[in-house]
Amino acid sequence: MAAIKLPVVITANDLLSGEAVYWHLSGVWSTDLTGSKVFESLEQAQASLQRVVSDAEVIGAYLAEVLEESNGLVSRHYREGFRARGPSNYCHGKQESLRQKVAV
Amino acid sequence: MYAYSEFDRAFVRDRVSQYRDQVKRRLNGSLTEDEFKPLRLMNGVYLQLHAYMLRVAIPYGSLTPMQMRQLADVADRWDKGYGHFTTRQNIQFNWPRLIDTPEILEALADVDMHAIQTSGNTIRNVTTDQFAGAALDEVADPRPYAELIRQWSTDHPEFQFLPRKFKIAITGGSDDRAVIRAHDIGLQLIEVQGRIAFKVFVGGGLGRTPIIGQQLHSELAAEDLLPYLEAVLSVYNVAGRRDNKYKARIKITVSEMGIDVFREKVEAAFERLRPAFTGQDLSVLGEIHADFESPSFLEKSQDVYFNALDSDTQFRTWVERNVNPHKHPSYASVTISLKGHGNTPGDASASQMRVMADLAERFGHEELRVSHEQNIVVPHVAQADLPEIYRQLGKHGLATANIGLVSDIIACPGMDYCALATARSIPIAQDIALRYERRESEIGDLKIKISGCINACGHHHVGHIGILGLDKAGVENYQITIGGSAGNDATIGRKMGRGFSVEELMPALDRLIDRYLALRVDPSEAFVSTVQRLGTTPFQEALYAIDKAA
Repeated sequence: MAAIKLPVVITANDLLSGEAVYWHLSGVWSTDLTGSKVFESLEQAQASLQRVVSDAEVIGAYLAEVLEESNGLVSRHYREGFRARGPSNYCHGKQESLRQKVAV
Repeated sequence: MYAYSEFDRAFVRDRVSQYRDQVKRRLNGSLTEDEFKPLRLMNGVYLQLHAYMLRVAIPYGSLTPMQMRQLADVADRWDKGYGHFTTRQNIQFNWPRLIDTPEILEALADVDMHAIQTSGNTIRNVTTDQFAGAALDEVADPRPYAELIRQWSTDHPEFQFLPRKFKIAITGGSDDRAVIRAHDIGLQLIEVQGRIAFKVFVGGGLGRTPIIGQQLHSELAAEDLLPYLEAVLSVYNVAGRRDNKYKARIKITVSEMGIDVFREKVEAAFERLRPAFTGQDLSVLGEIHADFESPSFLEKSQDVYFNALDSDTQFRTWVERNVNPHKHPSYASVTISLKGHGNTPGDASASQMRVMADLAERFGHEELRVSHEQNIVVPHVAQADLPEIYRQLGKHGLATANIGLVSDIIACPGMDYCALATARSIPIAQDIALRYERRESEIGDLKIKISGCINACGHHHVGHIGILGLDKAGVENYQITIGGSAGNDATIGRKMGRGFSVEELMPALDRLIDRYLALRVDPSEAFVSTVQRLGTTPFQEALYAIDKAA
């Protein structure tokens, strides 16, 4: 297995909806990658992961690699990118609700 | 169509009730995810990339208008207003909430549907020819046998924990439209001296080790079907490898054991098991046959039809591509394309589902089918009604005349939805369809099949052009195979060479298709025939011409 590249965030799927969620700085799970707690240390990330992995509200928490770019946090791997944005065939997943949020 | 008995209804309701309790216990924390996961999977509930996914069984792809409307209602009420018809003739909903899944299953039970055995190492939905019971080339209707197998295999106590999942396909036509030799067991109905029998193929499958099934029995008497299947499954259940998930399918068992040794073991098991089948299966089959009698075909004036063929070129083109001959001379089978250019292959909106249900009710003797090529079929339509059906389909974006053409692509959900995928499939299919929209009639018959991972749910191995999406060092990369075929001449396509990036893929396909157009004898020679005549070398050269130039 390839070594994890830092920085990383903690992600999982929401138990009720199955949606991809991220562990936020505020100590809650959110569907938005933006605002995720970013770990520059693997030890700290794994320690936090151990604390949240058994949260009843999520399934299968793991570390996901990210990049901190000028326009914000983005996923390093395209798979995580689709989890964060939604399907790319047309706008009807997470990107739709994010767009609606922006419109409001 | 098979009508549920009270036993069937009680069984399905009971399963919904059990599942409702399981979800409740999961949500209140009594069950961990590890404990709950096998239970939800037994009811067709997967966890995918963005959400849960519910796979609903459509036995041998047959639906009534009422069932189709219920699927539309499920899509509207609990999902995002659409459903995805799959290569296994099922439907998947991509966005249900876990808490809603018991309600959805209850709604499905209301119309005699369920999601049982759409996951797990069990015998899955039996698939068949989408034109079953209507096809001109049919020896016998395969659906009664498919239904018999469904009843036998549902909740079969011995086959709930097989080494791996198990797929059976059955065809009644001389032209194999069910890809039987790419299944764990493939059954072909034949007639031997006036009696119905089966050619039995075993050990076919795609995935990471694609293998074309081998003939296990040349003429199995129809009355021996269940004991023989039970014998095959019993041998596999014991001999199939449980030490390695990637070697657990029956194709590996047969391949490692050799077909002759496997056959000997099956024959021995058959001799042992056959006495246990004392005729009840045949009595059930007799009752099932009654449910699959042909509808009462109507005699209508065909003037409207022939006038439309003469006067409307678009209608004529649609008839040429989307309408199949029927065993009744004034009837036809209509394939409704779910491959509008630029759309997601296999998706239908709730409103489109209702339109198809209405048309089947008005014009199609209340029958609909899902094809493994992810289209919908109205199998019994009077030719006289074709112009009106075409008009109605056109109003709802369902009259694309592209069956068998470049844009009639099989594509798995790929990384847009699937947790197992290594690359996207659907956007590639969308790009190809749009790119070749204006040229596809000139190109002619060409089946492109796309999988987003090595599991090959998009059947890329048997595509005339197969595209396999992989992850190459964190970038989507697409391998091309050519010369595959899913029909009577089932063939695994040949891998051409290095894969292509997303940006490189369309120009590579251009070179491939342009080479075909330059090499074909005439427009009647289809792409795959040219490949069969000339071999793959000229196409390989075209694909990698840029490498040589560099």
